[in-house]
Amino acid sequence: MNTPALRNIRSIDLRNGYVDLTHGSGGRAMAQLIRELFARHLGNPYLAQGDDGAVLPAASGRLVLATDAHVVSPLFFPGGDIGCLSVHGTLNDVAVMGAQPLYLTASFILEEGFPLADLDRIVASMAQAARDAGVPVVTGDTKVVERGKVDGIYISTTGLGVLRDGIAVSGAYASVGDAILVSGRMGDHGMAIMSAREGLAFESPIVSDTASLHDMIAGLLDAVPTVHTLRDVTRGGLAATLNEICQQSDVGMLLEENQIPVSSSVAAACELLGLDPLFVANEGKIIVICPPEDASKALQALQGHPLGREASLVGHVQTDPNHFVQMRTGLGGMRIVDWMSGDQLPRIC
Amino acid sequence: MKFVDEFRDGRLASSLVAAISHDVSRARQYRLMEFCGGHTHAISRYGLADLLPANVQLIHGPGCPVCVLPIGRIDQAIALALEKGVILCSYGDTLRVPASGSLSLLKAKSRGADIRMVYSTLDALQVARDNPSREVVFLAIGFETTTPPTAAAVQIAQAEGLQNFSILCNHVLTPAAMHAILASPDRVQIDGFIGPAHVSTVIGSVPYEQFPAQYEKPVVIAGFEPLDVLQAIHMLILQINQGRAEVENEFTRAVTREGNTKAQALVSGIFELRDAFEWRGLGSVPASALKLRAAYRSFDAEIRFGQPYQPVADHKACECGAILRGEKHPRDCRIFGIACTPDNPVGSCMVSSEGACAAHYTYGRFCVAAAG
Repeated sequence: MNTPALRNIRSIDLRNGYVDLTHGSGGRAMAQLIRELFARHLGNPYLAQGDDGAVLPAASGRLVLATDAHVVSPLFFPGGDIGCLSVHGTLNDVAVMGAQPLYLTASFILEEGFPLADLDRIVASMAQAARDAGVPVVTGDTKVVERGKVDGIYISTTGLGVLRDGIAVSGAYASVGDAILVSGRMGDHGMAIMSAREGLAFESPIVSDTASLHDMIAGLLDAVPTVHTLRDVTRGGLAATLNEICQQSDVGMLLEENQIPVSSSVAAACELLGLDPLFVANEGKIIVICPPEDASKALQALQGHPLGREASLVGHVQTDPNHFVQMRTGLGGMRIVDWMSGDQLPRIC
Repeated sequence: MKFVDEFRDGRLASSLVAAISHDVSRARQYRLMEFCGGHTHAISRYGLADLLPANVQLIHGPGCPVCVLPIGRIDQAIALALEKGVILCSYGDTLRVPASGSLSLLKAKSRGADIRMVYSTLDALQVARDNPSREVVFLAIGFETTTPPTAAAVQIAQAEGLQNFSILCNHVLTPAAMHAILASPDRVQIDGFIGPAHVSTVIGSVPYEQFPAQYEKPVVIAGFEPLDVLQAIHMLILQINQGRAEVENEFTRAVTREGNTKAQALVSGIFELRDAFEWRGLGSVPASALKLRAAYRSFDAEIRFGQPYQPVADHKACECGAILRGEKHPRDCRIFGIACTPDNPVGSCMVSSEGACAAHYTYGRFCVAAAG
């Protein structure tokens, strides 16, 4: 890039500066923000093309495309921030389709007056998450709106991946008799956000589980290519995810409450706030539905990965024209695990 | 989770269930009313009804604060927010209660009303401090458990000279509602009460002593954990079998006979009895609710904004009234689960997780589907 006119201008003040409307106006200030902040962190050969879009090599196989908007509040929370969350969330959407994620795009909506130091931290975290995942952010966009029109920063990301050969997973493929597994403890992300919002302190702090799961999922699919359904357990928690699948697959489910992993801090926080961990969001957990004969192999594959160590077999798929997710409670009684009503925790991701 | 898991222990539950099964007389029915929504929720959440013998029947009572609030009370709050432009602070459960004109506080909010969900009356006071140029009204609802925090807020507001804070007072009294149920001429047959948990921590067990004396009904005060409920059921069954009618306290870890006298003094210093109050389901019940004492009238939003209560009839098909009186079960309502769901409630019992309809819809409706 040969831009002598820009070379000697004063750098943007990443320590004390603020986003202003010129940073989204298409002029020199925007070019400088992109160069000194976004490209500095996210830089890769595709982004360096510097054109309106990225030119990518041809991929072999069927493509999977997923997109996700992130509006979480607060922007920084125990275990993560909106930056890494926006990478993990989209990569996981691609991965649970049975695909290997290859590229990401990102668009930012910034509020006039947003501290550049916060933006720098967020983009650095995003870049770290993308590097850890081995998936580059190949193109992006930035807009700035007047103060009060957004809450600090919103980030939309899109992920592109290639479907693995021989894999056919869908929420519509859960079959009667199938085993239902979760990859770990439920509710960590939602309660980390909630305790940050409410200023709750616990002996062992609750940390978001936000993470990219495609590596764990790849290991699972290598071991058990017969998996019928994969889904990341995000908004609405385990309850919403399983209810969706029951509707899609025209089945019911029976869960064993005692088998569902929940950390004691999350259980305590939920108790305090009147929430149910089964309705609380996760950002680093999946459910796996597979034929019963492959359940132990799937459990082994999940538990063999650092992000799935606490994976557990939590129930099975059964016939039910009403599509109920039922659960045997810790006391031996039966109940439904219903869809959540209303919004338990707004702006969780 | 210490001090919680112990009260949800599956093995202890099985032995309590075995004791209940052993002690019930096959020759009779046991119709037990759990007064509180907290009990209703625990019973549904843990599937306790499944564990009981068929002749032990649990009847859901009216102890769900948002359920017993008549439509006109929510209308008042919406009018204050939409027409008088106040900041209305409310506990979360109240936001979705259906009001007149297809509104609820949540829908009024989407139409521009400034409605804030708070976890504590202290949050509402803070909203008032932070917005000195706005009027801030706290929608005060609930039984004796939530009354002391409201009283404390009024006391603090007065001490601070917080001129822009007031309350819309809908605090109601548990014993009065139990009377109304037992004194009703066409009342449902009840053999005993599972008595309130949190309410009793405040009022103690003395106020229930009139029920064995006057109506020969046993009352066992019970905590909200599933083992509390099972143990209380067992204690009630033993009383009934032995022909006793007494107030017993299962929740001794939190409830004393006298209750929290400090909270009682605070409440009676700030509030006094209303002559009567209209309850959803129970109608107008004498001496069943509180209003601010004359010295605190300036904090009464009804007076400050000239927004008196106007009664409004319930939806014609809604059975909330009969369900709150224990006469009907949610499954007896024609619109249950069809026109009335937690996402689009018609009646108040479908709103709060403590409401009988919401609890049955959320946790128990598979039983009806299986039977039907």
